[in-house]
Amino acid sequence: MVRVAEEWFAVCGGCEVSILDIGEPLLDLLPSLEFVHIPVLMDHKLFGQTGEKSEMEIPDADVGIITGSIRSQENKELAEEMRRKCKIIISLGSCANFGGIPALGNMYPNSEIFDTAYRKTASTEAGDDPNEALPALTDRVYSVNEVIKVDISIPGCPPTPEWIANALVALLEGKSFSLPERSVCDDCPTVREKKAQVNIRRPLQAPEFTPGRYDNMRCLNEQGILCLGPATRTGCGGSEKTPRCIKAYMPCRGCYGPIRAGANPMVDMMGALSSVGLDAKQIEDRMATFNRFIGAGRLRPMPTR
Amino acid sequence: MKEIVIQPVSRIEGGAKITIKLDDDGNVADTQVNVLELRGFERFCVGRPVEEMPRITTRICGVCPWSHHLASAKACDAVFGVTPPPAGRKLRELCNSIAYMEEHILHFYFLGGGDFIMGPDADYAVRNVFGIAQKLPDVARNVVKVRHMCAHMLEIIAGKSIHPTAAVPGGFSKPLTEEERKKLIPMAEEAFELAKFSIDYAKKNIFPAYIDAVKTVGVIKTGFLGTVKDDGTMDLYDGKLRMMDPEGNYEEFEAKDYLDYITEHVEPWSYVKFPYNKKWGEFSMDPDNPSGIYRVNTLARMNVSDKLSTPLAQAELEEFRETFGRPAQATLLFHWARLIEILYNAEKTLELLNDPEITDTNTRVPVTPRAARGVGCTEAPRGTLIHDYTTDENGLVTSANLIVATCQNNAPINMSVKQAAKMLIKDGKYDQGILNTVEMTIRAYDPCLSCASHDLNGQLACKLDIVGADGELIETLTNH
Repeated sequence: MVRVAEEWFAVCGGCEVSILDIGEPLLDLLPSLEFVHIPVLMDHKLFGQTGEKSEMEIPDADVGIITGSIRSQENKELAEEMRRKCKIIISLGSCANFGGIPALGNMYPNSEIFDTAYRKTASTEAGDDPNEALPALTDRVYSVNEVIKVDISIPGCPPTPEWIANALVALLEGKSFSLPERSVCDDCPTVREKKAQVNIRRPLQAPEFTPGRYDNMRCLNEQGILCLGPATRTGCGGSEKTPRCIKAYMPCRGCYGPIRAGANPMVDMMGALSSVGLDAKQIEDRMATFNRFIGAGRLRPMPTR
Repeated sequence: MKEIVIQPVSRIEGGAKITIKLDDDGNVADTQVNVLELRGFERFCVGRPVEEMPRITTRICGVCPWSHHLASAKACDAVFGVTPPPAGRKLRELCNSIAYMEEHILHFYFLGGGDFIMGPDADYAVRNVFGIAQKLPDVARNVVKVRHMCAHMLEIIAGKSIHPTAAVPGGFSKPLTEEERKKLIPMAEEAFELAKFSIDYAKKNIFPAYIDAVKTVGVIKTGFLGTVKDDGTMDLYDGKLRMMDPEGNYEEFEAKDYLDYITEHVEPWSYVKFPYNKKWGEFSMDPDNPSGIYRVNTLARMNVSDKLSTPLAQAELEEFRETFGRPAQATLLFHWARLIEILYNAEKTLELLNDPEITDTNTRVPVTPRAARGVGCTEAPRGTLIHDYTTDENGLVTSANLIVATCQNNAPINMSVKQAAKMLIKDGKYDQGILNTVEMTIRAYDPCLSCASHDLNGQLACKLDIVGADGELIETLTNH
């Protein structure tokens, strides 16, 4: 019986839904798992069931799963409590691993986020920043491994259910778990001829494809539609292999993060584009596009133009 | 003065806590619901190419990504000034209906159901889906299977079920093949069977046992907002907005004119805004005399719609209306309405899959950037959702405004929690079952706090005026 604790920080809940999307195999795993804390599914309370405790407490567990990025002081404290109480920490999803979409917020100081919310949106009756009882925010979005030591990383937005199931099974069997260090292109069925047909263009029209087939579609980058496959870790297609966005005839936006720890996707991407004759400088909003899911520690406020 | 902190509010989407303040006699002086998240989408979407918005805003919520995906794609259609081809629109609607089933099933069985199937005061270790799996193993297995199957259907149609990419400005990126359509039909039929089973099961085994709670716990009186077609039939994808007052009178308006009605109120003691209908006067969350307050989500749709377009769901609506009136105000009825909607969407899914146009390969029109404003509105499972973008001549976003379903239920959630806490906690007596019953009023709204706090973190806080027997104000309590 493996005791599992799960917590979510700055999240959307997609990783939790992905856990449920394991489907019936999850029911077969359940008898070997004992969930001791998982707010989305059960009512274990951090301050006790009737709020009688003064400190947040996570029960001891063999495995701690964390989703979401760190956005407040409380997230940070809870991450540290998880680290103390859990033998193995899994960071699940791209927010926990690289900041995810919320880390796009790292391009702006917190003050601008407030300014937009309370004074600038069309429907708001302008007011002052609320100044009472605001939980302390961190200065920016942090990934979990910037705050505590992480043992197993499972990236993806969201991670494919199969990967989550494989990791849980490996843990139960006492085996190690690792992800492939290959790119999305390595699993992509589209046809590459190493030369772009046209200059880079925004995805404002459909690429050329045959409905129901992927094996005769020309690589999207070679069709001039920016695809971040070359600089992104594969895995989103699970055992079927075909990348999820490619299945919709849409380009990859890098949700599985860098191919390996320490890679520099921006540089890798520039290289991949120039090798097929494309000019990366023509891409609108390059910084935010190339770092869409990996902004923790990479994106920072830019001088206003 | 004593404080009870319930943290986290569980079996909902996102992180929150409830603080209940007791006076010296042990009665409830005030309650507040703190949402513990912050992200800031409205700021960091500015500067992005607008065609990327349907792929970015999905991450507001991983439980209802399809709603943001579709509202965003519709806002893009408006910005670019295009209308998707019929098959493009129908594929969007098909995905919407399947996503609805998946989410409502998730809520009823995995999130809210523990309270009803195991009991509000059952031990927390079993008052959940794990307990349900022990108690009703066959039902649980079937529910897990069908939910998973809905996700699989979305993968077949769109490539990806959570954070999809297939709804694009101008339509849908992936046509549906005949082979795929044939694969989907038996799955849709299985979902339809579960939809029928769920509402029958609940009407026999659950609702009768809790009818007293339904009539008392968290009950408040508000207006309602939802989307209808020209003839007053409910529409979950597109239509006119119908704003109904607490007495049942309504007006209708186009989504692009939402600013004439909906304003977001800022309180100095709260970080999440409070949308309200400014045509009804000043904002007030006083449970005895609310002003400007309306609710969205399942119950709102059942109240504002004249009828439902599918036969079995329509029969259920008629029975519901006969029993609870129109507009029905009891908060726990959101659950009942949710089950009617599972049935409606199961019927709608089959209807769309049998539509000869659904496999047309013309699903998308090309678009050209321009300076424009576009409003996209759709009914998310949790209520009316509005995305409003303005772009420059290069099609880069210059401003974004999001009115999210759960935000609109922010004031009502606070009012319901306060009502329930005051009713249940007397003379300092409470236990985990009572506190869970207070939480149940939040769960009824199926709130998505990730959605609600797309913008700012903070408190869905409350202010309480204590008034003497002859009406004079004795004291005002707030969170600060």
